[in-house]
Amino acid sequence: MPQTAGTLDSQQKTTSRRPAGTLYRGNTGMWSWVLHRITGVAIFFFLLVHILDTALVRLSPEAYNAVISQYQTPIMGLGEVALVGAIVFHAFNGLRIILIDFWNAKYQRVLFYVVIGLWVVTMLGFVPRHLINVFSE
Amino acid sequence: MTSTIEAPRSPYTRSAKKRGLNWEKWGWIYMRVSGVVLIVLIFGHLFVNLMLGEGVSALNFAFVAGKLASPFWQTWDVLMLWLALIHGGNGMRTLVNDYATSRISRGILKVAILLSVVSLIVLGTLVVYTFDACPAGSPADLLPAVCSTL
Repeated sequence: MPQTAGTLDSQQKTTSRRPAGTLYRGNTGMWSWVLHRITGVAIFFFLLVHILDTALVRLSPEAYNAVISQYQTPIMGLGEVALVGAIVFHAFNGLRIILIDFWNAKYQRVLFYVVIGLWVVTMLGFVPRHLINVFSE
Repeated sequence: MTSTIEAPRSPYTRSAKKRGLNWEKWGWIYMRVSGVVLIVLIFGHLFVNLMLGEGVSALNFAFVAGKLASPFWQTWDVLMLWLALIHGGNGMRTLVNDYATSRISRGILKVAILLSVVSLIVLGTLVVYTFDACPAGSPADLLPAVCSTL
């Protein structure tokens, strides 16, 4: 009913018959959880590669420089923006998870917006400086 | 058609108290403790390598070897290596438990995770403690500044 829509919360608004709107199902709780998993997997696979490329310092300066220069191309520079974005989200949302576990779960929604806000501020500090370093070669 | 979902955080009956370590509990605690430490270590790593000076375009053997010649950065990087790989490996194990449906695929994936984590921890630790910042016969312009004072 349209006249009462303003007073309904998101749980009642849905047309789905399935239950929704618990801590981890639907809305911010679910999407922060999904993003935490996706960024975690991405960071894990980068970590595997990053240890292998750093291990080249044991081989020779030439071998290490040849590989690390691949990280300095414009395309990889944009990849590093994505990587840092994933790390910063995973870090701040990890702190949010700790606060939910040890402090109070009722603040999970507002904490999600705090995470997004801190992410934006951190990326505003990082991205311009990084892109200048990448593209002013 | 109805489907019921248990209320979140409702108590569940535990199996009779087993003796010994509760590994899942310590894994849960490890994710939180290592996560907080990793925020400091990785944010510091990113700041020094990507924000200071010329950032990513200044990275080369001389830069990395210059850092790893000091015990401070050796300790920093080895701590980061161990904490991050175990944190990431345990996170991947959680995903495998959630999404790999057959016993065999779970087993194969978890063995693969364990092997990659253990081998990279061994490789990374050996590299940090055995590499030579000033390898003999290398052109001096590729080496860190500390080598010219030797």
